Amino acid sequence: MESLNIFIKSIFIDNMVFAFFFGMCSYIAVSKSVKTALGLGAAVTFVMVMTVPLNYLLYTYVLKAGALSWAGCPEVDLSFLSFIVFIATIAAFTQLVEMIVEKFSPALYGQLGIFLPLIAVNCAIMGGSLFMQQKVDALELTSCWQTVVYGFGSGLGWWLAIVMMAAIREKTTYSHIPAALKGPGIAFIITGLMGIAFMIFSGIQF
Amino acid sequence: MSKNEKEPIFSAKNLKYLTSPFSANNPVIVQILGICSALAVTVQLKPAIVMALSVAVVCGFANLVMSLLRNGVPSRIRIIVQLVVIATLVILVDQVLKAFVYDVSKQLSVYVGLIITNCIVMGRVEAFALGSKPWPSFLDGIGNGLGYGLILVIVAFFRELFGAGTLLGFRIIPESIYASEGGFYSNCGIMLFPPMALIIVGCIIWAHRSWHKDLQEK
Repeated sequence: MESLNIFIKSIFIDNMVFAFFFGMCSYIAVSKSVKTALGLGAAVTFVMVMTVPLNYLLYTYVLKAGALSWAGCPEVDLSFLSFIVFIATIAAFTQLVEMIVEKFSPALYGQLGIFLPLIAVNCAIMGGSLFMQQKVDALELTSCWQTVVYGFGSGLGWWLAIVMMAAIREKTTYSHIPAALKGPGIAFIITGLMGIAFMIFSGIQF
Repeated sequence: MSKNEKEPIFSAKNLKYLTSPFSANNPVIVQILGICSALAVTVQLKPAIVMALSVAVVCGFANLVMSLLRNGVPSRIRIIVQLVVIATLVILVDQVLKAFVYDVSKQLSVYVGLIITNCIVMGRVEAFALGSKPWPSFLDGIGNGLGYGLILVIVAFFRELFGAGTLLGFRIIPESIYASEGGFYSNCGIMLFPPMALIIVGCIIWAHRSWHKDLQEK
């Protein structure tokens, strides 16, 4: 039940795009067609499912205050290093995924190839890890499995948002928008309206 | 700067690096970079200003350091070098904020860490610092950071004024006209929710592009 709550909450209520503005750059830039949006969303979700638990393990067993007690130094607090460790994990993981996919599935590489470098600097992924750290400190996430669920839910929420946005933008090519509002201007306003629509999900709980 | 430099430190060209990001080449509303993490800190003016200054400092010094290193770093590993430089600067900023303005640092929470993945910092290093001398790079970084801060401050101004009736914590709209005190006015609560920040940015882009017609999309 706890995990289901985390899952629903991370997709709809704490949606990465509508509630926290994470990953807005690639969200605005890549949401011009549904097909590419699907590809980028899948890649982001995959990387998030892997990096959030990985960073959780690093945080609880190496960085947190007292986490190094298994190594015999219980008073060491390395949590100020968490930014650099998280970003290094994410960058290394994206690099690894890129190499593995290129080696074993060239077809998939052709589809995802251009997106993979974009992912290392996608704030949704870094944001997922930083929120995980905050939630672990607040005891909202208590096990490795829950961080997997959280990472998957957040990635899925971002995927949902970018695909919906791409579908709407494909339609708006037929509408008469004031010249100054074309492109990013209208994209921001549509996102804002979608965000207001997503606010109805707040408070859902099982 | 050394005395051998032909142009003065604040020549017209160098000043242009500093000022062009304010409007014609604004990182947020023209280049559409770095919106990611930032809008969530615009509920009030004070965290927005602190965030803007932090980004300007990180961006300026990241540009400076990468520009000094530009001939020593092989291009294959430049991304990871950039991330290390930026992450180090962000850790410094984070520790300074925690030491001197702890309450604001608590409000900014994860968004300080997200300066690392802020596309403005990375984008300016890639696009400018790797091919330019240190001093122009530094100015370019500071300029872009402040251009970004300008948008944050505009958004935060409207959200705090209409959402809470205050600016920087001082009351602007007098208590006496509120409905609870027998007046007619009440705060526009939706201004405090995230979607309004996006709509305000959309409107800023609209106004800016009506003025700069050359930026409009065909």
